[in-house]
Amino acid sequence: MGPFLEALIRAFRMILTVDPEVYSAVGTTLYVSTVSLVLSLLFGIPAGFLLGYASFPGRRVLRTFVDTLLSLPTVLIGLLVYGLLTHNGPLGRFELLFTVHAIVIGQSLLGFPIVTALTASAVEALDQRLRLTLLSLGASPLRRCATSLREARYGLLAAAVTAYGRVLTEVGIAIMVGGNIKWHTRTLTTAIALETNKGDFAAGIALGLILLLMASGVNAALYGLRKRA
Amino acid sequence: MKKAIQGVLRLLVVLGVLEYAAAGNAETLMMATTTSTDATGFLDALAPKVKEILQIDLRWVATGTGKALELGKRCDVDILLVHAPRAEKEYVQHGYGVNRRVLMYNDFVLVGPPSDPAKVKGSEIEEAMRRIAGSKASFVSRGDNSGTHMKEIELWRAAGLADVPSYPEYLETGQGMMATLEVASQRRAYTLTDRATLAKFGEDAHRASSLPVLVEGAESLKNYYSLITVNPEKCPKVRAASAEKFTEWMVGPEGQAFIGAFRVGGRPVFLPDAQRRQ
Repeated sequence: MGPFLEALIRAFRMILTVDPEVYSAVGTTLYVSTVSLVLSLLFGIPAGFLLGYASFPGRRVLRTFVDTLLSLPTVLIGLLVYGLLTHNGPLGRFELLFTVHAIVIGQSLLGFPIVTALTASAVEALDQRLRLTLLSLGASPLRRCATSLREARYGLLAAAVTAYGRVLTEVGIAIMVGGNIKWHTRTLTTAIALETNKGDFAAGIALGLILLLMASGVNAALYGLRKRA
Repeated sequence: MKKAIQGVLRLLVVLGVLEYAAAGNAETLMMATTTSTDATGFLDALAPKVKEILQIDLRWVATGTGKALELGKRCDVDILLVHAPRAEKEYVQHGYGVNRRVLMYNDFVLVGPPSDPAKVKGSEIEEAMRRIAGSKASFVSRGDNSGTHMKEIELWRAAGLADVPSYPEYLETGQGMMATLEVASQRRAYTLTDRATLAKFGEDAHRASSLPVLVEGAESLKNYYSLITVNPEKCPKVRAASAEKFTEWMVGPEGQAFIGAFRVGGRPVFLPDAQRRQ
């Protein structure tokens, strides 16, 4: 039996038998990636909107800087967050290292520039006449923002999907500041890394299939939203 | 849209509650350890026992010995289970750790391609290292400052080489033992490994035959694992009481019996050896 067929069978077995270890990793993955995405959107959409809509000196430089952050390697983010959270670090007294919260902090830092850059692009791509129309109709600034964001909603959805994909599949942050602790901070990606370390490649591939299944579920839900919007 | 957001938020609250509920009453003991104790399933088997008998929730981060010692220095863990006696003694001397107790050992073996191009089979380990370096045969090194890597460097020195070899076929993986064995097997290279990880690697018969044991048994190849508590005077948040309780149990008859009974593929991988007090 080839490793891929074996992996496929094991993936189904893990799902159907409700393997508690696998479900724990799925739960942790779902938790950290969802909270990270929500935080990224919460900060990234306003930041991206400002960056794409407002005009201020240094906007171009800032825009380039944010685009550069899209290439931030996850291990580097992991190291930065480790430096912040380590016992003697600036945030050490909160004792967040090797908890799910540490992963959330790192993954939010990963998702934030993605949401910011893609929101800015979406807002920049709006028809210039929209802004003029809103202005000439005497819409309040708040109203103008809300309408522009509404018009850019597909772009925002794309930003959310992209950020979620990145956050869901990263392994550098989760392993460095989460520590891959069974039942606590083990995510699907760190579990794959561990199975590879153990030399059990079929188990690694099976977990990868489950991760893909999760991703497709989330994307289907997001596109369901798009249809209704 | 609003409903969807509400749904997501509700899910987050539920998951958050589950996370805290799972913590329970047992006190957490955070360990930094090496890849071999994790990849063999040793700690997976040990943790439920420790929870049941000692009411300690053992959690661990598996990495190389070098990084494990570093995590201890930075007060990010409570206890270490590592295998690099020389580095450990230095660590304790510098005041970073206390109560270092030798727990168990297994041994290192030199494995390599069945064709054995450097003709090392059956020779003394020092002679084998010299022959490999002399014939510039493929050798895969961990290169990650792990206990195994430190032992490898020690062996090059003991073989009379001025320094670690550097020729094109001396490869550093920078990865764990299992990944390094895989590279050695694929590249038909020699490598130094602990027997525990090799046993796990060799559960697949095909892979076992790709990397036969060529040199074994020397005293200098013994691989001692020790527990070290991170010094509570330097790191006030260390859970010293739990660390003490855990250490005493591990070096005591119950812990030692557990180590002796642990098997991978029907074979023992760690031999209890807590008599050696230091």
